[in-house]
Amino acid sequence: MALAPIDPKDPLGIDDLFDAEELAVRDTVRRFCAERVTPHVAGWFERGELPTVRELAVELGRIGVFGMHLEGYGCAGASAVQYGLACLELEACDSGLRSLVSVQGSLAMYAIHRFGSEEQKQAWLPRMAAGEALGCFGLTEPDVGSDPASMRTHAKRDGSDWILNGRKMWITNGSVASVAVVWARTDEGVRGFVVPTDTPGFAAHDIHHKMSLRASVTSELVLDDVRLPDSAVLPEVVGMRGPLTCLNEARYGIVWGSLGAARTCLQAALDYAATREQFGRPIAGFQLTQAKFADMAVELHKGLLLALHLGRRKDAGTLRPEQVSFGKLNNVREAIEICRTARTILGANGISLEYPVMRHAANLESVLTYEGTSEMHTLVIGKALTGLDAFR
Amino acid sequence: MKIVVCVKYVPDATADRGFNEDGTTDRESVDSLLSELDEYAIEQALQIVESGVEAEITYLTVGPDDATDALRKALAMGGDNAVHVNDDDIQGTDALGTSLILAKAIEANGYDLVICGMASTDGGMGVVPAMLAERLGVPQVTYLDEVKVEGGVVKGRREGDTATEQVEASLPAVISVTDRTGEARFPSFKGIMAARKKPLESKDLDDLGIDSDEVGLSAAWSTVDAATARPARTKGEVVTDEGEGGVQLATFLAAKKFI
Ligand SMILES: Cc1cc2nc3c(=O)[nH]c(=O)nc-3n(C[C@H](O)[C@@H](O)[C@H](O)COP(=O)(O)OP(=O)(O)OC[C@H]3O[C@@H](n4cnc5c(N)ncnc54)[C@H](O)[C@@H]3O)c2cc1C
Ligand SMILES: Cc1cc2nc3c(=O)[nH]c(=O)nc-3n(C[C@H](O)[C@H](O)[C@H](O)COP(=O)(O)OP(=O)(O)OC[C@H]3O[C@@H](n4cnc5c(N)ncnc54)[C@H](O)[C@@H]3O)c2cc1C
Repeated sequence: MALAPIDPKDPLGIDDLFDAEELAVRDTVRRFCAERVTPHVAGWFERGELPTVRELAVELGRIGVFGMHLEGYGCAGASAVQYGLACLELEACDSGLRSLVSVQGSLAMYAIHRFGSEEQKQAWLPRMAAGEALGCFGLTEPDVGSDPASMRTHAKRDGSDWILNGRKMWITNGSVASVAVVWARTDEGVRGFVVPTDTPGFAAHDIHHKMSLRASVTSELVLDDVRLPDSAVLPEVVGMRGPLTCLNEARYGIVWGSLGAARTCLQAALDYAATREQFGRPIAGFQLTQAKFADMAVELHKGLLLALHLGRRKDAGTLRPEQVSFGKLNNVREAIEICRTARTILGANGISLEYPVMRHAANLESVLTYEGTSEMHTLVIGKALTGLDAFR
Repeated sequence: MKIVVCVKYVPDATADRGFNEDGTTDRESVDSLLSELDEYAIEQALQIVESGVEAEITYLTVGPDDATDALRKALAMGGDNAVHVNDDDIQGTDALGTSLILAKAIEANGYDLVICGMASTDGGMGVVPAMLAERLGVPQVTYLDEVKVEGGVVKGRREGDTATEQVEASLPAVISVTDRTGEARFPSFKGIMAARKKPLESKDLDDLGIDSDEVGLSAAWSTVDAATARPARTKGEVVTDEGEGGVQLATFLAAKKFI
């Protein structure tokens, strides 16, 4: 039997490894992005705003992306692979869109779903799944990033209440959130608090002058004597395991998502090089350009196999955090390289917002840093291989 | 009431499609999917239920093993259950035969309203709905741009070249709907997960009481003698305007008999 020719969009035939339901999830997100977001996102990026974030959230809630991999409380109960495919499609549109969804589903909702009380779950999860309430996740502080265990934000008991004080920095969705999951040190160890953002003493200020993730809201959270009832604390976890477990979830989505940005850039470069002529022929015909394409495609599709492997392990319940570090380190590093290479193929047009490549390359600078910097993930893998902790 | 939506599983229209030696469609080398024009039929069925009409929606397809993909996709958009008619002897069936199988399956299921797409995106004859109505012996209102069900009657608007018709038929009836009826919805993830649990029944020709010599390639009233690929598009002619571009354009159009 003659073999079917190679599909340039799927040269390894990886699509054959997904079942019909997985492809259906992918199609829904792909179509949603193409119709509702892609036509506007470059404009939002240029103006550094997300003007219709609430309407967008409700629409995203309607298709079911928020907390899609969680069970019950209005969540879809999808698999890890389905969640990964959704992240990939969202980030193929813009990393800011994927960040909105990651923070909502994998950080804020996941924290409540995994560590919250029944009352907290009932109060927040159905509204968050529907996109009617947005959530944020406050761990990073002005002086504390890679070493969150040294956080300064703290909570003290006052009778049966808690009094929360501190600052959180670089918080995605901060100023548009109805609820903030805030991590603070207490006498018992680090605890998580579910903070309605209209609580007196809570304020969020947007961070401006970003050159990356411009179509995403990033804020500083100010907590000045925020008084919370005892029912605001996440009852099921004490210690750094709480926030680190959540981060591991979101990071898993990035393993897939980053490849979406890379895919868009590779495709943009292929389209461009096919029609752009120099020295009397399309630049796609030059060996140097083809070497770039070959390397980009090899890394993109290897990355996909890695993401899928991790996804299948996650669905089987055998995924280790170190393996997620492996995936995040490799896929974000390769994705940003692919976007930068695509940028060179578009020449001067590559720096223009008329094309998606510079936007994606700039976005991935944030993705390289958040959810654990690439250096941190390198050290995690180093420790796994040697048994020696090089962090401190 | 019972609504049956006929959906076809077709080779992807954006892929390179071809034929087997016997003139039947080559389904092996291309991916297939739910015919996009049938998504409008699904959407209309769902909207009828959402407008307050109490109805069970059944999807029906005649197609190969993996045609269940089309049914699952439909069920992900909404609706209640699905029937897949599949039998080795169906291979090569023409439109007449297809309408026979569909009619038997629809009768077996029970129906008040049958909704079809305006045409498949592969065969594209647009004849199955009419044949189906004839076989069922019920009224047909085809090519509707707008559909409403009220008090035992299906009503609709049909946009023609010279007039807009308001048409209606008493139920039971067969209708077909156009791509102007309104965008089909995205299947939500909850819909996709729920589709897994909705009943999907498989039937063969025996189950429907159809003799295998009534259908299939040998029973077809029409055959495909030959199929020729359309020649590749050639580069357009560029007219450089050096003062008499208008004349050149007019000459070009006249030569092609456009003016
Ligand atoms: C390449 C090709 C060549 C063909 N050549 C011939 C030929 O030469 N002579 C001939 O008589 N037939 C031919 N057929 C017809 C084909 O085999 C039919 O049986 C086909 O299913 C019905 O015709 P259609 O696709 O044009 O449907 P249409 O009449 O265009 O379909 C209208 C609607 O009917 C419903 N419907 C149609 N088919 C199905 C189905 N299988 N299951 C459920 N619902 C359905 C759908 O709602 C659809 O929107 C050909 C088909 C193809 C793809
Ligand atoms: C757009 C954006 C959105 C964000 N959203 C959120 C959010 O929603 N919630 C939240 O809590 N946080 C968020 N963050 C913060 C992000 O998680 C932190 O920026 C990240 O953890 C790194 O911390 P830092 O910026 O303080 O860098 P630092 O920890 O100060 O690191 C600076 C550099 O030093 C390196 N370094 C640090 N320690 C070591 C070591 N031991 N060995 C070797 N190298 C080391 C780092 O790898 C890095 O290169 C966001 C950040 C950005 C940019």
